[in-house]
Amino acid sequence: MIVYPEGVFYCHVEADDVAEIVEEHLLKGRIVERLLFKEPLTEETIPSYQDIDFYKKQHRIVLSNCGRINPESIQEYIAAGGYEAAGKALTEMTPEEVIAEVKNAGLRGRGGAGFPTGLKWELTRKTESDKKYLVCNADEGDPGAFMDRSLLEGDPHRIIEGMIIAAYAIGADEGYIYIRAEYPLAIERLELAIEQAQNLGLLGKDILGSGFDFDLHIKKGAGAFVCGEETALMASIEGKRGMPRPKPPFPSVSGLWGKPTNINNVETFANVPYIINYGAEAFNSIGTEKSKGTKVFALTGKINNTGLVEVPMGITLREIIYDIGGGMNQGKKFKAVQTGGPSGGCIPAELLDLKIDYESLQEVGAMMGSGGMVVMDDSTCMVDVARFFLSFTQSESCGKCTPCREGTKRMLEILNRICSGEGREGDLELLEELANHIKETSLCQLGGSAPNPVLSTLLYFRDEYEAHIKDKRCPANVCEGMGAVYVIDENKCVGCGMCARVCPIEAISGKPKEPYRINEDLCISCGACAAKCPVGAISQG
Amino acid sequence: MAILKLTLRFNKRGILVKGSVPIMSKVTLTIDGQKVQVDADKTILEAAQEIGIKIPTLCYHPDLSLHGSCRVCVVENLANNRLLASCVTPVMEGMEISTLSARARRARRRNVELLLANHPNDCLGCDRNGSCELQEITHEMSIRREDVERFAGETRDLPVDETGPSLKRDPNKCILCGRCVRVCEEIQGVSALQFSSRGFDSIVTTAFDLPQSEVNCANCGQCAAVCPVGAITEVSEIDRVWRVIEDPEKYVVVQTAPSIQATIGEEFGFEPGTVVTGKLVAALKKLGFDKVFSTEFSADLTIMEEGNEFIKRIKGHKNLPHITSCCPGWIKFAEHNYPDLLNHLSTAKSPQQMFSAITKTYYAEKAGIDPANIYTVAVMPCTAKKFEKEREEHRDSGYQDTDAVLTTRELARMIKEVGLDFANLEDEHYDEIMGSLTGAATIFGTTGGVTEAALRTVKEVLTGEPLERLELGYMGIKEAEVEIGDRKYNIAVVSGLANAAKLLDEVRAGSSKYDWIEVMACPHGCVGGGGQPLPATKEKKDKRAMGLASIDKSNTIRKSHENLDIIRLYEEFLGEPLSGESHHLLHTTYRKRDKN
Repeated sequence: MIVYPEGVFYCHVEADDVAEIVEEHLLKGRIVERLLFKEPLTEETIPSYQDIDFYKKQHRIVLSNCGRINPESIQEYIAAGGYEAAGKALTEMTPEEVIAEVKNAGLRGRGGAGFPTGLKWELTRKTESDKKYLVCNADEGDPGAFMDRSLLEGDPHRIIEGMIIAAYAIGADEGYIYIRAEYPLAIERLELAIEQAQNLGLLGKDILGSGFDFDLHIKKGAGAFVCGEETALMASIEGKRGMPRPKPPFPSVSGLWGKPTNINNVETFANVPYIINYGAEAFNSIGTEKSKGTKVFALTGKINNTGLVEVPMGITLREIIYDIGGGMNQGKKFKAVQTGGPSGGCIPAELLDLKIDYESLQEVGAMMGSGGMVVMDDSTCMVDVARFFLSFTQSESCGKCTPCREGTKRMLEILNRICSGEGREGDLELLEELANHIKETSLCQLGGSAPNPVLSTLLYFRDEYEAHIKDKRCPANVCEGMGAVYVIDENKCVGCGMCARVCPIEAISGKPKEPYRINEDLCISCGACAAKCPVGAISQG
Repeated sequence: MAILKLTLRFNKRGILVKGSVPIMSKVTLTIDGQKVQVDADKTILEAAQEIGIKIPTLCYHPDLSLHGSCRVCVVENLANNRLLASCVTPVMEGMEISTLSARARRARRRNVELLLANHPNDCLGCDRNGSCELQEITHEMSIRREDVERFAGETRDLPVDETGPSLKRDPNKCILCGRCVRVCEEIQGVSALQFSSRGFDSIVTTAFDLPQSEVNCANCGQCAAVCPVGAITEVSEIDRVWRVIEDPEKYVVVQTAPSIQATIGEEFGFEPGTVVTGKLVAALKKLGFDKVFSTEFSADLTIMEEGNEFIKRIKGHKNLPHITSCCPGWIKFAEHNYPDLLNHLSTAKSPQQMFSAITKTYYAEKAGIDPANIYTVAVMPCTAKKFEKEREEHRDSGYQDTDAVLTTRELARMIKEVGLDFANLEDEHYDEIMGSLTGAATIFGTTGGVTEAALRTVKEVLTGEPLERLELGYMGIKEAEVEIGDRKYNIAVVSGLANAAKLLDEVRAGSSKYDWIEVMACPHGCVGGGGQPLPATKEKKDKRAMGLASIDKSNTIRKSHENLDIIRLYEEFLGEPLSGESHHLLHTTYRKRDKN
């Protein structure tokens, strides 16, 4: 909870604390010290949220209203400068000028692929047709990602305003917001926001007297991950099974019901009002050479501060994880960060100083994706992580094309056997062969990116795979049932007890000078005991 | 005088074809080093075909929409080193396509291997052994067992659905190419099959995974006709036919549908459309059938009954448009989807059912055989006929009128089983008293044929004047205006159930201008039937239809009412068309239907 104007930040506020805050802070102007944020490393209390590292390094454009205005009030949005950009675009600018502004700003698709937004709009604008559609892709499907959801719940009018401007630019008079049904609050607030905008004449016929018509529908999706792929999404809107189709034709030529259609992600639209209000230069002064503006990430995993962060493009992973994220949880060692959701890649410690943008992430085998960012410490098994993400994409594959349907299944089977200690010589080569084959020949980008977690972990953590296969050992002690358990040869054991001392799970017991025993039910086959035994009495049974 | 207008409405992809063809811009690309210039709307696959370069395909079918799922047709664009599915990728200026590059070759092969790793690979026990496209590609790519075993893992293990009257589905053999889904939806408008589940669990199945016996399938078998593997096949009746042939007590009578003579040759190396009537008869006699007749005999009978029924309807202004009833797939479709319009259907049975009813009554009497011992087999281009014979209405002879139905493919298998040298068989003739036929009956085997045959008789009965040739062509919806006496009749001929539905919707809305509508469930009519030799494409079906037309042209008797056997049948047994006995044996009823 933040108290404005001073920006005092209280955390872990319970209902019982409200009276005290009202009485002390609001009435008497005294800060309630006990509820203030404590810096995790220094234990120092910091009253103002702007001074907290978590916020200090962020640059909030799309999230600027989230948590500050009442999302159910169009008046609050307008009071915060809302719909000014739409008014400016519709009454002072031609569609071509709007497109030029967005192109100059360098805005790229925030759904993950990073296609230049202005160019996409221009292509749709240039396709001649009696009817065009605009679609907002709010089918946020990555596990653990909630960027779009927070935006839609916290500032729905910003998306609507972005869509009005985009519709004007491409010449669409009808739009759809495709949103998963698992987001009931977002849907409720969007419905309300659309109604409010219609009542004020910001949606509907002759918006702001400009002669431009545009109206919006909400289409609820049933939660299939593949419906985030634009052609599958359009099929779903049309009432068909959400299955991608080959491109070309691209939606800008033939989209919804065969009409030219422009599809952008929620966060992309949310950037548009800022660009129109403050101009392309204000936007493109932020970021790197090819990636402009900010990006919202859902920061999760083994770090101290988790949550949504909006950072300028070009920030390093280290800054996000250590400055904003407050470092590793319980002081553990950083191992990898997974970006781009289930289709992204795992980036190791040696690349922590990587400046984040679309190209740099791709170069290291990861991707921007929609903005998932999972931080892992050394208790994480990278083979198991790859298996987890692949099992997600495998079960969410639409099943249409051979490489994705059959190939990811075979990859998953190989990973399963590696993780259960049955990996074979040649499995890694087979994994790589399949991964590259699936990437190259799949019909859509679900298959085209599904092998990324496997390829990136093979690239940076190949030794872990090899430990699983050759030594039947999971270095992070995550994979259960790795190979056979260890046994102590009673005839060789000298009863020194060193094995019992190194066993991480206390599976070994015995009395000094007598043979020790390993409890087979507990043994995780880590091999620590065998490595320590001075007389070579321990081996895998 | 007869034809005033002939309109082709739209092509297979729903695009108006009549009129001038828009000028298409050209694109130049190279394929395997050869420069080729093609229309800009062509795919890489089509461009390659133009210059005789073969690219393997599985999900692609020339008569269906593009799907791009099997990825077996992958080629490499050397200009940007990208792998592209050639069947769905449009040509672009400057492409440097290689079908031969190591990457392209490996990628194609890998996808076939992946399909095989989730396929039973029990070719020896499969109905499609020898006609399976996956088997052929595997052979052509020299894929060995060990190539597939590298990917060994879980395989689909689902029950085979044998509950249907006509079609058997083995989901374990399915390679999810979606051809059946597309033909059922795009061509037939039935959508009995769809994709279900996700990822590795994806299957093609019926709505709610209901058994074949519980769905609104028309049993037309177009799914089986386009299936590249053995996932959808006809319910085989070969064993039961062998059993009765071997049974000395049974008098086995076989009838062959008009189209068979122009299609079965393909199974024995003849060019599509080659007419092999004499060899067909000879083969059936050698297989041990006691009598070999032609369904064309009863096709003439159908014309007599249906033609007179039409005349009666015209005179009484009742139940128009009159809609033909000889196609069982269409009847089933109407019962499911247009139960309110069933009174428009001719009550005349299909030729197959008329034939069997007459065999077990008139013929039994003439030949002095106890009808209880007669076993009637029909060789049909069609899987829906298998269902039709089981209808409870079709027991007017006092027995089940038709006992067994074999598709063209099943008969070919029987001929191959006994090792007959089909191509070199001495021609033989159909047996007497139900074997004579007319050109009118022959063209029943193709779309438009029933109409032309019927109108030849109708016009002569009404005016005494012969009908000029209509030659309506073979695809989609065609219409004609025919002048008979002082009245003009609007005629429509339609094939493909999705096309039929368009006309039926007009009838339902009261806006139909037609007096007569002929419907054939399968595109091209019976020559394109679900039981015909595989694989079948539009081009092949055209040739088959031309084969039938050539028989009609060469026939001296081309009108049903001039068939001497038919004249005798009425004189000796039925009385006249639409008589009481005719109604009893040759007409039927229809009912609203919810499931198979």
